[in-house]
Amino acid sequence: MLHGFLPTLLDGTLTTLGVAGASLVIAVLLGLVGAAAKLSRIPVIRWLASTYTTVVRGVPDLVLMLLIFFGGQIGINAAAAALGYEGYVDINPFVAGVATIGFIFGAYLTETFRGALMAIPAGQREAGLAFGMSPMRVFLRITFPQMVRLAIPGFTNNWLVLVKSTAIVSVIGLTDMMHSAGLAAGATREPFTFYLAAAAIYLAITSISLLALGALEKRVTVGLRGAA
Amino acid sequence: MNFDAIIESLPMYATGIGTTLQLLAVALAAGLLLAMPLGIARASNNVWISRPVWLYTYVIRGTPMLVQLFLIYYGVAQFEWVRLSVLWPLLSSAWFCAVLAFTLNTAAYTAEIIAGAMRAVPYGEVEAANSLGMSKLQVLTRILLPSAMRRALPAYSNEVIMMLHGTSLASVVTVMDLTGAAREMNSRTYLPFEAFLTAGACYMLLTFSLVGLFHFAERRWLQHLAPRKNSFDVSGVVLTTAPRI
Repeated sequence: MLHGFLPTLLDGTLTTLGVAGASLVIAVLLGLVGAAAKLSRIPVIRWLASTYTTVVRGVPDLVLMLLIFFGGQIGINAAAAALGYEGYVDINPFVAGVATIGFIFGAYLTETFRGALMAIPAGQREAGLAFGMSPMRVFLRITFPQMVRLAIPGFTNNWLVLVKSTAIVSVIGLTDMMHSAGLAAGATREPFTFYLAAAAIYLAITSISLLALGALEKRVTVGLRGAA
Repeated sequence: MNFDAIIESLPMYATGIGTTLQLLAVALAAGLLLAMPLGIARASNNVWISRPVWLYTYVIRGTPMLVQLFLIYYGVAQFEWVRLSVLWPLLSSAWFCAVLAFTLNTAAYTAEIIAGAMRAVPYGEVEAANSLGMSKLQVLTRILLPSAMRRALPAYSNEVIMMLHGTSLASVVTVMDLTGAAREMNSRTYLPFEAFLTAGACYMLLTFSLVGLFHFAERRWLQHLAPRKNSFDVSGVVLTTAPRI
């Protein structure tokens, strides 16, 4: 099947999943920090967070990725030269890809988490504080569990877009699924077959994600009575 | 920052912006034309009509646009009958393949937006039209679609921004759009910061111009759904000032 290129394609799939998973971790961390910053009482911090989300929403991910990949290369080498390092530092496309996608989706998750946090009535937090809980404990016991439930629909959407965004890391030379499909297509002169196979794998990943996150949503909303 | 190099490349960027806007306009127009019947079919109660459209939007929305673009640009050349057909001059042009891929992509997303907006139209409006003796077609063209298209505006503005950003993929298949201009400048001058920051700034300008345009359109056509103004609120924007935690 697939002229023996199936292992190559699956190898690429692993890289794609690796990029997606690593980017997600960065995006969630940035999203939490960003949401906290957007709800901060200090204007400068709010302003910084707004600039972050505005810039990301205004520029295509491909342009950001090329900027970080090519620009980062020069920036790091200039910094290394300034520190007296003689050699040449190569930016790994995996690192550049993960950094870019994590940075971009951190901004989208910032909005998701901010919306979820704002949907929790302030009275609950005040009640927790009135009981003598520390702010950290209030966050862990009251705010966070509800935030997870409220953030799942937005999170699902962002994860699906993130997985699809990873396709562009092939442009900066990472041997992900798209790159593997391209290699196989070149060797066999059957580009349609291999890009169709890549599409099928992406569709499988997004379908499985939808099912899994749907089940998770069902689980965390088990205590809620729906109107319908 | 090497501003001389940026100024020298500005004509190239201007051409690139033209190409980007052209790609965007053609893809959006064709996509909307395609999305209208698809959206109506998707909102249909007949599963034999709505399911096929669901499958189309599911597959398009579940795969990256880059794969769709590659399937059209590199993929179809695999078949000899395509290369021998009258469509080959079109399908061998990168610009046409990009527009085709973007059109099919945005049609799927827009169809879902239209279908969702149609479902959001209060059923009383349809009942009122029925009781006035309007035919099914009249209800669709006079009540459902005008109401749904207005309601679809906020979601559609997001789709338009996504498409603007999506057109940057055309540069991967050699189209000299705005991103293509930046990549060209980078490979000519090896000034990646200048090249891609200029492109990024142009995209931001385009994005926020489009956002402003849609805000204007929403004020014009969605005023009746805006939150009611009250004595405490001077600006009319109530929703943006939610309580802080």
